[in-house]
Amino acid sequence: MNTALRLAMAVFFAMAIAACSSKPKTVDETVTVDETVTDDVVVVDAAPDPHDYTDARNFDNPSSLLSKRVVYFDFDKSSVKPEYRGIVSAHAAYLAANSSGRVTLEGHTDERGTREYNLGLGERRGNSVMGLMSAQGARGNQLVVVSYGEERPVCRVSDEACWAENRRVEIVYTAR
Amino acid sequence: MNARSISISFTTVTKNVKKSLTLLLVLLFPLLAQAQLEIEIISGNASALPIAIVPFAWEEAGPAPNPGVAEIVSNDLYRSGLFDPMDVADMPDRPSDEESIRFGTWRLLKVDYVAVGRVRATADGQGHELIYQLLDVHTGDRLLSQITTVGEGDLRFGAHRVADAIYEALTGVPGAFSTRIAYITSTGLGSDQRYELVVADADGFSPQSVVGSPEPLLSPAWSPDGRKLAYVSFEKGNSAIYSQDVSTGARDLVSSGRGINGAPAFSPDGTKLAMTLSRSGNPEIWIRDLVNGGETQLTNHWAIDTEAVWSPDGRTIYFTSDRGGKPQIYSVPSTGGNAQRVTLSGDNNARASVAPDGKRIAVAQGRGNEYRIAVWDTETQRSTILTPGKLDESPSFAPNGSMVLYATREGTRGVLSAVSADGNVRQRLILSEGDVREPAWSPVIR
Repeated sequence: MNTALRLAMAVFFAMAIAACSSKPKTVDETVTVDETVTDDVVVVDAAPDPHDYTDARNFDNPSSLLSKRVVYFDFDKSSVKPEYRGIVSAHAAYLAANSSGRVTLEGHTDERGTREYNLGLGERRGNSVMGLMSAQGARGNQLVVVSYGEERPVCRVSDEACWAENRRVEIVYTAR
Repeated sequence: MNARSISISFTTVTKNVKKSLTLLLVLLFPLLAQAQLEIEIISGNASALPIAIVPFAWEEAGPAPNPGVAEIVSNDLYRSGLFDPMDVADMPDRPSDEESIRFGTWRLLKVDYVAVGRVRATADGQGHELIYQLLDVHTGDRLLSQITTVGEGDLRFGAHRVADAIYEALTGVPGAFSTRIAYITSTGLGSDQRYELVVADADGFSPQSVVGSPEPLLSPAWSPDGRKLAYVSFEKGNSAIYSQDVSTGARDLVSSGRGINGAPAFSPDGTKLAMTLSRSGNPEIWIRDLVNGGETQLTNHWAIDTEAVWSPDGRTIYFTSDRGGKPQIYSVPSTGGNAQRVTLSGDNNARASVAPDGKRIAVAQGRGNEYRIAVWDTETQRSTILTPGKLDESPSFAPNGSMVLYATREGTRGVLSAVSADGNVRQRLILSEGDVREPAWSPVIR
């Protein structure tokens, strides 16, 4: 049923109930009626709670951490910095609540250091994110780490700003 | 994905052999359209030996090839940095046999050595014979008199063989001009990005795509007979190691387990392959027996252990590990045992390439944001920096130990350079578009 029609019907019934009431409206009655009506509308139309990380709609909600899927690292380091732990926790919560969810953690590095060493470093970063997610309820069969080392940069300039963008783990959903 | 192709044509623009040798090849390449590989000398050697390679007389039917044999030989010798070949235009005459050489004239022109020769068809008409002599202009001594026989399409290879022999006669070290190089190219961006594993002659000519993929390719490594290349491909969505016959294209999947499958390296006898596998949870060096398929784990440490290479006698494996905090080169007996740290200077050292003498190890040496090629001498325990940086990596020794090929950056793209083992001579190989990276110099192909 289309949204406008549902909304119109809800409003019509609400008005009808109100109109049929012979008693003066009480606050309680009005609230009860309104709740019924509003619930119906919210599910269809309004933004989801951005803090509800079990809700797949938050993947596209810019105000939810679920919409953020890249974790950045310091040079030659693989520990998840405090400012990115929220993102990792949000995705862990989603995976814990949605057993069909599958994620590939793609580990990347900047261009400094040798290519094969950087494959190792990218894997370390992926493992580091995987460890946090596992500790927060994601299951082993939901997580795969693939290291690309320095082979898939998002930025190709040899300076710190660009290197910082390349040192990352991308959280890639292969199933939601 | 066995995209193999053969370069169909090339043009050569050799301006001046002496100072601005520039070889420009325009390839008709199905997968690498209009790719150009340019070689130029960045810095030369003042003490180079003056030599004249006189154009070889062409005694076969049909027109003489261009460039001719002598020009290819001259270019090879010039690129080594040890020779200063005379321009053909400056030659007083063009003798093609020993008897016709007027030594006095060449002495006046301050040439120390002169090579003369001719090319004729083999008796069966199926190949070329390169008949040549090398003479000392001052003494008149004949230093070399040889006939090199090659197949019909192998005249360039024959010329490289002549250059190898002249190089060995005058330096005492076998030449490496008739060898090949493998490298990775990357062209395009985003979803159009394409990777190729390419094999070319050591002078950059005749590039052939061995394999192409939209997913990353890396770490090519030659088998000791020069027939196969092992490499890493992401075509299955994760790193996997393949071994591929360069001439037939036939290939085997060597390893594609969970985690990293990287850094393959054939043992000197060709019976084993060292590689990096992270199946245990982090990268370790493993040895695959290519005869019986057995695998043994050589390292066991929480650190990143990778980039294994073999000593020439096959007894030692050198590898990169950050077990001490930063990447350094370590050694371990190839049959197993304790790892010992090898590189003791430099903030960090990685990706070893062992010289054929087994004593010198080329590495990518990092300090801050600068990476340079250095050679670590295992006897004197000292390192010598060979290159100016800033992002130099992937050193690969020539099979005669005379030069080190490596990857560097120019602006935002990757190019290949080669530096003489003493650091005096450098040259570069540039692809006109995209990156060239991860060079691997082939063994001597007999």
